[in-house]
Amino acid sequence: MGNAADQVKGWVDQEYRWGFVTTVEADTIPKGLNEDVIRAISARKGEPEFLLERRLKAYRHWLIMIEPKWSTVCYSPIDFQGISYYSAPKSLKDRPGKLDEVDPEVLRTYERLGIPLLEQKRLAGVAVDAVFDSVSVATTYQKELANMGILFCSFSEAVRKYPHLVEKYLGTVVPYNDNFFASLNSAVFTDGSFCYVPPGVRCPVELSTYFRINAENTGQFERTLIIADAGSYVSYLEGCTAPRRDTNQLHAAVVELIALEDAEIRYATVQNWYPGDREGRGGIYNFVTKRGLCAGNRSRISWTQVETGSAITWKYPSVILKGDHSVGQFHGVALTTNFQQADTGTKMTHIGKNTRSTIVNKGIAGGRGQNTYRGLVKVLAGAENSRNFTQCDSLLLGDRCGAHTFPYIEVKNRTAQVEHEASTSKIGEDQLFYCQQRGLSREDAVSMIVNGFCREVIRNLPMEFAVEAQKLLEISLEGSVG
Amino acid sequence: MSGNPMLSIENLHAAIDGKPILRGVNLSVRAGEVHAIMGPNGSGKSTLANVVAGRERYEVRAGSVRYEGRDLLSMPPEERAKEGIFLAFQHPVEIPGVTNLSFLKAALNAVRKHRGLQELDVVEFRGMVLERIRLVEMDEELLLRAVNDGFSGGEKKRNEILQLAVLEPKLAILDETDSGLDIDALKVVAKGVNRLRSPERGIIVVTHYQRLLNYIVPDFVHVLSEGQIVRSGGRELALELEERGYGWVHAPDTANGGEARP
Repeated sequence: MGNAADQVKGWVDQEYRWGFVTTVEADTIPKGLNEDVIRAISARKGEPEFLLERRLKAYRHWLIMIEPKWSTVCYSPIDFQGISYYSAPKSLKDRPGKLDEVDPEVLRTYERLGIPLLEQKRLAGVAVDAVFDSVSVATTYQKELANMGILFCSFSEAVRKYPHLVEKYLGTVVPYNDNFFASLNSAVFTDGSFCYVPPGVRCPVELSTYFRINAENTGQFERTLIIADAGSYVSYLEGCTAPRRDTNQLHAAVVELIALEDAEIRYATVQNWYPGDREGRGGIYNFVTKRGLCAGNRSRISWTQVETGSAITWKYPSVILKGDHSVGQFHGVALTTNFQQADTGTKMTHIGKNTRSTIVNKGIAGGRGQNTYRGLVKVLAGAENSRNFTQCDSLLLGDRCGAHTFPYIEVKNRTAQVEHEASTSKIGEDQLFYCQQRGLSREDAVSMIVNGFCREVIRNLPMEFAVEAQKLLEISLEGSVG
Repeated sequence: MSGNPMLSIENLHAAIDGKPILRGVNLSVRAGEVHAIMGPNGSGKSTLANVVAGRERYEVRAGSVRYEGRDLLSMPPEERAKEGIFLAFQHPVEIPGVTNLSFLKAALNAVRKHRGLQELDVVEFRGMVLERIRLVEMDEELLLRAVNDGFSGGEKKRNEILQLAVLEPKLAILDETDSGLDIDALKVVAKGVNRLRSPERGIIVVTHYQRLLNYIVPDFVHVLSEGQIVRSGGRELALELEERGYGWVHAPDTANGGEARP
């Protein structure tokens, strides 16, 4: 194995390819956090009173909360007063009505990222909402979707146009006092995506949000709210990148999904935040709360995530299975290399009868990466005949990395069936030699073996993104294994 | 069967985990020839096959191996593969999640690219594989399964020969391809190999038993014992071995024309 490790170490020089910085004139609120800053954010966005009240309530609660320390990740303390909580490209200040009024630099940024926003270049079959630092800059296919009654826009726009929906659903899945980072987000969130699919409508395109952190010393606190009304279906994808910087940047998002009776939401993430350099300097702290509520009977929520970026990832996309016969799924790949740390997994809470959940997690660790799966399967007393199947596999690429698995299971109903399978393996010298003897380079062999290892998860992604995710794994591996 | 040897091994010494296995092997293989390497367990047959293929676990301590006039030992394993050396593994490796078909395609395209040929498109590639798979009478369904994952012993060996047929190497080394095969499977595998015999291709068959050589008839037979080739001959040597066992050839000092001991 020593040889594979040495060999692979050679690729570490690979650079993060999305690390460029865009120069745009920005409207940035000075660093620091207090009630005035929160009022300023709310005022900049022209928010209704109820939202400001919620922000302040969350902030006052956050002040008395203690930063969580239970995960395996280590980092130096975050200076919450050293962050600017709002940064927006200036040209957007008066909300451009048309896309060509968006700062061309920002549009160019998205082009470079492979996310064209201009009408004539839009991605076929994918509606995109692009979030640049604190604001949404463009949403494609909006009109076409509106004709079907599907509301897909930035969160700020939703607050202005559909305040009743926002007021009704915001915070119903992740309350303002849920956890330290969720409370912070509830106080200072700036933008994000909003989607509402009316009863019986099957959304014909993939909805997608692309998050980009550009400004320095800025946190990104986006808020996403997706509501699938009775019998509807929507598939949603989230992608993210950030420039290379020596300092750490905080990303503390909250995503709430609500599926009513017979509705289905599929949510996929390809997370590629800047992971820091080879020595572990810089990179995004990705502390995210994602939760879905299967509110109605026979509703379904599925999370699929491919995590290759961030210096630290701390997130557990979860499903609350409240409706009878509801189904929750989690499929995750987490790759940590260099000095990256990931503490990620899921929570499945079975409340309704005959609820089912499936968890498939694939953790890959290389370099000095530390990869932790942490999962909770909770079956409440009333969840008759509920079932869970969990499979956690870890693949080690070298001998200085680590994989850890913490599955928690709490069952309060005798009729429940909970299964857990786990494996840990090391990429084998035999496998590598076999591939090489067939003419593949060692790099290609590693990437092929890793892709094979993740296949169950990758094939759960929408087609276009499966290809993107595979490429991303390949690229991330180039700079990693050893 | 003339001209310069394709492969020439001189005084090869190799060790694994510090333990010497090969102690001065000499062997020449020309295009078009089929050589059988026989010998008891532990004599170094598989070591020889793996050293030629470039497995890093084996440490070459002395000697040289030239392939088409080049120093083979300085080439990394994938380079050797792309230059036309193929090893059919004694224990083919499983690669979960990677389909047999995509693995074959990646391998073939790597080799073709190296030879300056265009990569095959999906249709051409499928056509070729479906034609070659008939050679080894392998179930097409196995193409869509993960590489060797859950394959029976016989299926794995057929799969190796399928790869051989698709990659069309110049020098094929079959490492105990007969081990674990029943007689029917053995015949199928041998038939496949025989179809791949050609004046341009050298084949080395490594085997413990002469049984396989009833079906793949070699031009030369070499007996390896304690890390040296102690006897070389034609096909009749294999038959004699079967009759008399390895006991009569095991000592290297009887190798060069010495009288065989009972």
